Amino acid sequence: MTVTLTAEEQAIAQGRDGPGRAMALRILAESARLLGAEHLVPIASSHIDGCLYHGDSGVAFAEKLVKGGARVTVPTTLNVGALDLLRPQQIRLEPHQREMALRLMRAHEALGCRATWTCAPYQAGHRPAVGEDVAWGESNAVAFVNSVLGARSNRYGDFLDLCCAITGRAPATGLHLPENRRATLRVDTSAIPDRLKELGAFYPVLGAWYGRAVGEAIGVIDGLPQTVSEDALKAFGAAAASSGSVALFHATGLTPEAPTAETALGGQAPSEVLRPAASDLLAARDSLSTVEGAHLDAIAVGSPHFSNSEFKQLLKLLDGRRSRVPFHACTGRHVIAQLEAEDLLQDLEAAGVNIVADTCVVVTPILEGFSGVLMTNSGKFAHYAPGNTGYGVLYGSLSDCVESAVAGRLVRDESLWSA
Amino acid sequence: MDRSDAHDLQGEVLIAGAAEGPLLVLEEPLSFWGGVDPANGKIIATRHPQCGANVSGTLLVLPRAIGSSSSSSVLLELIAAGHAPAGLVLGQTDAILLLGSIVAEELDHSPVPALLVKDTALVGLRSGQQGALSLDGRLRVHN
Repeated sequence: MTVTLTAEEQAIAQGRDGPGRAMALRILAESARLLGAEHLVPIASSHIDGCLYHGDSGVAFAEKLVKGGARVTVPTTLNVGALDLLRPQQIRLEPHQREMALRLMRAHEALGCRATWTCAPYQAGHRPAVGEDVAWGESNAVAFVNSVLGARSNRYGDFLDLCCAITGRAPATGLHLPENRRATLRVDTSAIPDRLKELGAFYPVLGAWYGRAVGEAIGVIDGLPQTVSEDALKAFGAAAASSGSVALFHATGLTPEAPTAETALGGQAPSEVLRPAASDLLAARDSLSTVEGAHLDAIAVGSPHFSNSEFKQLLKLLDGRRSRVPFHACTGRHVIAQLEAEDLLQDLEAAGVNIVADTCVVVTPILEGFSGVLMTNSGKFAHYAPGNTGYGVLYGSLSDCVESAVAGRLVRDESLWSA
Repeated sequence: MDRSDAHDLQGEVLIAGAAEGPLLVLEEPLSFWGGVDPANGKIIATRHPQCGANVSGTLLVLPRAIGSSSSSSVLLELIAAGHAPAGLVLGQTDAILLLGSIVAEELDHSPVPALLVKDTALVGLRSGQQGALSLDGRLRVHN
């Protein structure tokens, strides 16, 4: 497969706009070849995941672009880094890693990206229109921008997201092409009790089940209540994108490309209809926990980053009580500014809630030591915490997390899940 | 040419190069990010059946792609640290992972060769078998 570059693109690749932009275009063209794209498409915006420190080579890459005079050419937000720039002392990185993580974050700022440092950029004002081509990285952000906003992005990995932002282009393939956005599977949720669908904790669980069930196929989910919140869809997408390779899902009546299931299916019959039973969901819920017992060492919420309304819910559930264990709530500056304006930061502090900004507990060392038990309401934290933090996981609803925090041991309301 | 103790699979060259090493056939999909330690190549995903195995120097066989968009970074760091797989044999093209190799080349490291082989042809490959990737896109496996 060969990629046809326009005269303009060839000129960029040959260095017309400097060595940085030339390198970005070369990498983009090589990736387009691997992806089987025949040409590149212009993009409206980008969200960059490559600002998280994984090692010194990633820093060398970003700094080579800066040195080569590159700048992003479309509006570009940044995903989390490895540091909390507002309260750097709570990150337990060694001096060398700390320095390199900071250099990586600064290099991205120097390339002209907005210092949003959040995995929920779609709740920080970055909301592309339906049908717009964009190049987003970070699996939950990609699932959200495609599914909930109806913009068009593939899963852009580290480096490629930045190369797209610098060149203003993306390979014309995959989910950029309307014919590839059609659902081929139908998920019939009628066997699941309505009371479960009213629970916030249901959506990460459904997402974990869905990701494993569909892998990278596109499904349309039928029978979810029309009152499902954006935060619930966010939690669903994040869990589905970590347990499978889900970059796009449709939910009938809830997402823009699925006014009806038939529309999402493009008028064709689904290749398969999946009918999860309540017992499948219970099994998916249990699979999110890796340990048993009542002991817990810390609680973490906010993956994807907590929204303003999730903080309000948290405060309501806490109801003036205080956590007896470290309670981390990860979020972005866009939310902290709102909480500050509403005078809510002091209430959170009084309740023992530690706010983590710009980063989160599974991508950088914040938790104490390398073993223990972490309770979370996030399907994504549940998926990544054991490998990345060494902690075992107990999964529960936000309400379970709060009751456990106050009690200092696991308290889980099983009644809603029992048959 | 055709030796009784070896057989050849023909694939499509994704990243050109020759390599040899023992096969490590992933039994389940693996996200490199959160799944492989970039400092030493060890599989650290606790829910993965091959947790504890090491990808360094192997011909890593990945029947399916999965997971995080940061796998390319982990592959780049593995290449820079000298702990990358010797070669990759993919059942599905995983552009995210292979990007780590493309960027490695821009930063003057040697990329990890990669071959796309029909996933049905991968059935029957076993971890520990010796294998060799050649420039013309053949995977030779010794029984």
